[in-house]
Amino acid sequence: MDGVHDLGGRQGFGAIRYSPDAGAFHASWEVRVNALYALAVKRGIFNMDEYRHAIERMEPRHYVAASYYERSLTSLATLCVEKGIVTLEELERRAKGGFPLAASSAAGRTNVGDRERFLPGDRVRVRSDYVPGHVRMPGYIRGKSGVVVSESPAYPFPDAHAHGVEAADEPTYDVRFDTRELWPDSSEAALVHVGVFQSYLKRAG
Amino acid sequence: MSDHGNPHPNIASVEQRVAAIEAAFDERGMAPGEVISEFQHTVDEQWIPQNGARVVAKAWTDPEFRQRLLASGRDAVAELGLTLPRHHRHLVVLENTATVQNVICCTLCSCTAFTIIGLPPDWYKDLEYRSRIVRQSRTVLREMGLDLPPEVEIRVWDTTADTRYMVLPVQPPETLGWSEEKLAQIVTRDSMIGVARL
Repeated sequence: MDGVHDLGGRQGFGAIRYSPDAGAFHASWEVRVNALYALAVKRGIFNMDEYRHAIERMEPRHYVAASYYERSLTSLATLCVEKGIVTLEELERRAKGGFPLAASSAAGRTNVGDRERFLPGDRVRVRSDYVPGHVRMPGYIRGKSGVVVSESPAYPFPDAHAHGVEAADEPTYDVRFDTRELWPDSSEAALVHVGVFQSYLKRAG
Repeated sequence: MSDHGNPHPNIASVEQRVAAIEAAFDERGMAPGEVISEFQHTVDEQWIPQNGARVVAKAWTDPEFRQRLLASGRDAVAELGLTLPRHHRHLVVLENTATVQNVICCTLCSCTAFTIIGLPPDWYKDLEYRSRIVRQSRTVLREMGLDLPPEVEIRVWDTTADTRYMVLPVQPPETLGWSEEKLAQIVTRDSMIGVARL
């Protein structure tokens, strides 16, 4: 989905709040959230693609305003409700207040039918697909061409795996893009490497 | 939903919301308390940047290991007793040189090789880093204190799949001949993300 989470190349964001000793956690509830969603994954209640997609499905104003671990919390709660582990009513009763969840999911999709094997050096183009469900193609590479650098082992196909849709595992290709092609006349020179699932690619003609 | 962007008129605090899930899990016999303690221990003791620092120090002192590391990161780090979660099927090690700076990000969420370089710091997960690093890398790195000469090529790696990355920083020349243990102490997490040089 073309959600607000798809941030690569979005303009208008300010300075990085950087410090060399920045930690991962700043409060004990953040550690608890991380442990609880890891427990849910370990128990098979949901997988990581479902987890990521439930974050993406958050109402955009909530997503942007929430801290990182509030997004984790919202995904965890949404999936526990959707999977029938707990009801929203029980959560709100226990929390003594409102418990905003993510919006419901669109349909997933399986692998594309005409997947091709690529070799390092091949020139490829990212398909101009508009996928309503989970997808791991950042919007900034849609329709763009690049060069294959290497092939990864096969992974579950996220567009299917986040939705309980049957699909074959497929490799990702490390594709090298040039910022001057991604954002012509509007970026700083650099190479950007993206792990692109096979189903997202076609041979550049 | 109200007209003012507040998705609920009376939202419970994040602490109350976490406690609600924890209590629901507890009632269902999922022992969340134990899991949380174990998780804290794992974060503090096992998923630490010192793992990656050992890998870097060995790569600096053992050319054959360096070759194996660059060829297959997952197998090479296993030689040091380090593992990745099962679903991280590939660890790609990116070698910096005098004229190449590799830098890692995840524009879609927060993916990292956390068992090797530690859980990602807050700024890595912030909207600012995720939006800007792919498009304005030189400026962003400069803002973070890394002012690269123009001849250094920047390569940004967006972690969009379950392949994981770590940067192999350039060894500072004044440390040539140091022991592996001593070298490991100078390798920082941020140098393995690629936003700092040593």
